[in-house]
Amino acid sequence: MKKVAYFGVFTALALIFSYVEALIPFHIGIPGIKLGLANLIVVIALYKMGAKEAFCLSVVRIVLSGFLFANLFSIIYSLAGGVLSLAVMVLLKKCGTFSVYGVSMAGGVFHNIGQIMVAMAVVESFSVAYYIPVLLVAGILTGLVIGIVAGEMLKRLIGLEL
Amino acid sequence: MNIFKKMKKNDWILLGIVLCVAVVFYVVRIFSADKSPGYVKVSIDGRTAGTYDLSEDQEIEINGGTNRMEIKDGKVKMIEASCPDQLCMHQKAISLDKESIICLPNKVVLQIESRDKAELDAVVK
Repeated sequence: MKKVAYFGVFTALALIFSYVEALIPFHIGIPGIKLGLANLIVVIALYKMGAKEAFCLSVVRIVLSGFLFANLFSIIYSLAGGVLSLAVMVLLKKCGTFSVYGVSMAGGVFHNIGQIMVAMAVVESFSVAYYIPVLLVAGILTGLVIGIVAGEMLKRLIGLEL
Repeated sequence: MNIFKKMKKNDWILLGIVLCVAVVFYVVRIFSADKSPGYVKVSIDGRTAGTYDLSEDQEIEINGGTNRMEIKDGKVKMIEASCPDQLCMHQKAISLDKESIICLPNKVVLQIESRDKAELDAVVK
């Protein structure tokens, strides 16, 4: 039962981060780029609880925050990004030779790749591919920031048994 | 920064690969971009206000005089804007397909369309 409680707390935290980000957009001059604060919670859940739980958390978070702060269309984008990103993060973590920084960077990069793949399907052309370099570099940077914060948090959450 | 010391070898390899892929995509785009001058599409508040050929040098008044753009050597630059921040005027000149200059306060968007795609302007569902 303890797990259910923690799951609730984590979902609430992730939702709050989504809300904060919707309030204060961390725009850095490039359209479509944001920090992805909620992914911090997903990374923490992945390390503290496991792949299945992190996956549930990610999907629940995206659907809820999509209905609360955005629209159905953005849920599709976010889901594609979130699922792909989590799948890659789980693989890299299982592989064991990556630190949390690398896992998080890959997560950031593949989040953006998932979204641009949906964008390609929507406009039915590869013309959006010109945006890929920007998204890759942005994914690395935001993923690294999230990874650094997650690393510091995990260091302090060592006593937290889930 | 001890963060960089804490990163494992595979983290660096991942970082390197992603950056390489980004550079490859960027280079491919630069070289595959249609260099022949196309059109610049001017839209105001979402509605297309006109398309102009990039191959002839000219100055064009937009939106009844709130903005002026200049076409020179196949490149487009905003040379006058009535808005206070004048961000669009400080943007570099555009010439490649899909590049754009946007003046938000006046809702003016300049976007380059390459010649071969200029007539295919719809999304088919």
